[in-house]
Amino acid sequence: MSDLAIEREIDRTKMSVSDEVAIQITGMNKWYGQFHVLRDINLTVNRGERIVIAGPSGSGKSTMIRCLNALEEHQEGQIIVDGTELTSDLKNIDKIRSEVGMCFQHFNLFPHLTILENCTLAPIWVRKMPKKEAEDLAMHFLEKVKIPDQANKYPGMLSGGQQQRVAIARSLCMKPRIMLFDEPTSALDPEMIKEVLDTMIELAEEGMTMLCVTHEMGFARQVANRVIFMADGQIVEQNEPEEFFNNPQSDRTKQFLSQILGH
Amino acid sequence: MTDQTTNSIAFVADGNIPQSPPPARETGVVKWMRENLFSSWANSLLTIVAGLVIYMVLSGALPWMWNGVWTTSSLSECREVLAGEVGGCFSVLSERWNQLLFGFQYPQDQYWRPTLAFVLLFIAGAPVLFFDLPRKMLAFTAVYPFLAFYLIWGGTIMAPIVAFLGMGAAAFVFQTYGKGSFALGFFGAIVAAFAVWIIGGALIPEGASETAMLQAVPSRDLGGFMLNLMLGVTCVSLSVPLGIALALGRQSDMPLIKWICIIFIEFVRGVPLITLLFVASVMLSYFFPPDSTVDLFLRVVIMITMFSAAYIAEVIRGGLAALPKGQYEAADSLGLDYPQAMRLIILPQALKISIPGIVNVAVGLFKDTTLVSVISMFDLVGMIRGPILASTEWAGVYWELLGAAAILFFIVCYGISQYSQWLERRLATDHR
Repeated sequence: MSDLAIEREIDRTKMSVSDEVAIQITGMNKWYGQFHVLRDINLTVNRGERIVIAGPSGSGKSTMIRCLNALEEHQEGQIIVDGTELTSDLKNIDKIRSEVGMCFQHFNLFPHLTILENCTLAPIWVRKMPKKEAEDLAMHFLEKVKIPDQANKYPGMLSGGQQQRVAIARSLCMKPRIMLFDEPTSALDPEMIKEVLDTMIELAEEGMTMLCVTHEMGFARQVANRVIFMADGQIVEQNEPEEFFNNPQSDRTKQFLSQILGH
Repeated sequence: MTDQTTNSIAFVADGNIPQSPPPARETGVVKWMRENLFSSWANSLLTIVAGLVIYMVLSGALPWMWNGVWTTSSLSECREVLAGEVGGCFSVLSERWNQLLFGFQYPQDQYWRPTLAFVLLFIAGAPVLFFDLPRKMLAFTAVYPFLAFYLIWGGTIMAPIVAFLGMGAAAFVFQTYGKGSFALGFFGAIVAAFAVWIIGGALIPEGASETAMLQAVPSRDLGGFMLNLMLGVTCVSLSVPLGIALALGRQSDMPLIKWICIIFIEFVRGVPLITLLFVASVMLSYFFPPDSTVDLFLRVVIMITMFSAAYIAEVIRGGLAALPKGQYEAADSLGLDYPQAMRLIILPQALKISIPGIVNVAVGLFKDTTLVSVISMFDLVGMIRGPILASTEWAGVYWELLGAAAILFFIVCYGISQYSQWLERRLATDHR
């Protein structure tokens, strides 16, 4: 696949994993009507971990990470994010959402606001930050994702890769402790994939806890410290990337890897 | 160089070829006409037929307008002046102009009051319609409804002041408590407003209106185009927020709110406006306490507002449905709560999509205000059909009067339409 997308030297020394638990999922089940989409998911994520979730489409990987900030509701089981349990209590949900950043496949920038306004909106309204301070913060993160010169343009004027980097900056402006990525590069051209992955690698190097649904196996191999393979709504296998790619255990994983790495 | 022949391919230009004008058939009027009017035999035929039609209309209308009489005081006098020639009796307009604008009962020496209110309307409306203007101007917009009420109806100045204080109290309560709990702020605001109104109403001395600075004018004395404008402006500005609330309510997760909104919208949309107006004029008083006299104007405003709010709600629902689901998810994932997500992300985009539809309803509503003539309110059309055409002087002057009404309505509606197109261009930021 696109191992080529990552050329730079990656500094894994800074990516340390602490013992502190960031996310704990126990016995989570979810149904869409009669359809059992997530089956008995158990997962513990420590602070600083970079987890890549792979699997065929329809396996429930997006649904699972969308449960973590309550974009989807789970019906059974317990999810504890950053010490707060996800219940139907709106106060808890809003608290967790403001601590957990999320990037979507289609960026979901707000087309009626400028890049800068996209970034300052949540700090101003959720964190009650003064406008000037929020703008400084936003410019800081826009520089980090290398598009400060686009700050006053509207999202529609930017390329896909730039939009996705803005989306990352927008999430970072909330100073999240956990970042969720839902197929962040699936809607991008190959050259743009590289710039987005570079940004994500930088984040990883800074010790961000990341859960990433992606088909970028190069990214998984080099950045992740754990790869989770899902199929049919359950976690089939999880392992360190080296082991996962070189020595897959289940037949389902082997089949998937042969398809995705075979060409 | 000596062996160079005429058919050699090597070539060097020895000067600039001067510019020459294009042939006549490729420029200016001729070209335009060839391309647009006579590009094919069918097009040529249509051009000729259209030309004939335009000629026939203008040859009839122009002399009628050109020979028009503006200075007589009755139709028979006008016909004497015309002496059998073709010509319009526009003198009905010049003689009855004030009646067409203000109705026939509004005190003549007070015409400056609605006129002033009309002029101030532009100042009050400007910051709402053109949001690049300084936000401080909105302070005047907030005061304007009460000022306009005072100017048009007159009477004691205490009434609009108490009304204003009531709204102010409501806004204050909502600001203070609405942050903690929306329901508390919302219902607290309603209670506060009514408390101020009831206490304030009791404090206004009996008969204060008779001795007031501005002579009190009862609602039944309002009329003419002024009445159409008043109903149009009031009902549009009330029905847009109500329509937004209904559209959001219809999408609500709370079944009670959702069903109330659905039933309201479906019921009001399913009933003709005239029926609602008759309800307003005849039956609505059954629903109020026996000794209360709710003003006819207010009753009509309530009905037209309900009617158009139901339509606007459906238009906005279309706009909400057109937004990608990702916008809701992005707003949610950033931790915005429901009112913030709606106000900052969803509604600005949904309303932008709904502008053509909302304007469509607004234009329709403005024209529908002429329906109040059937419940014996003398708006512009009511004035024409009633007092003017029924008078001995002007019985039978249809074209001039109804034409003038059409022009007045067209000016306003065309203005609304142009504004909405400007707004759409101004808000176009997505560069799709």
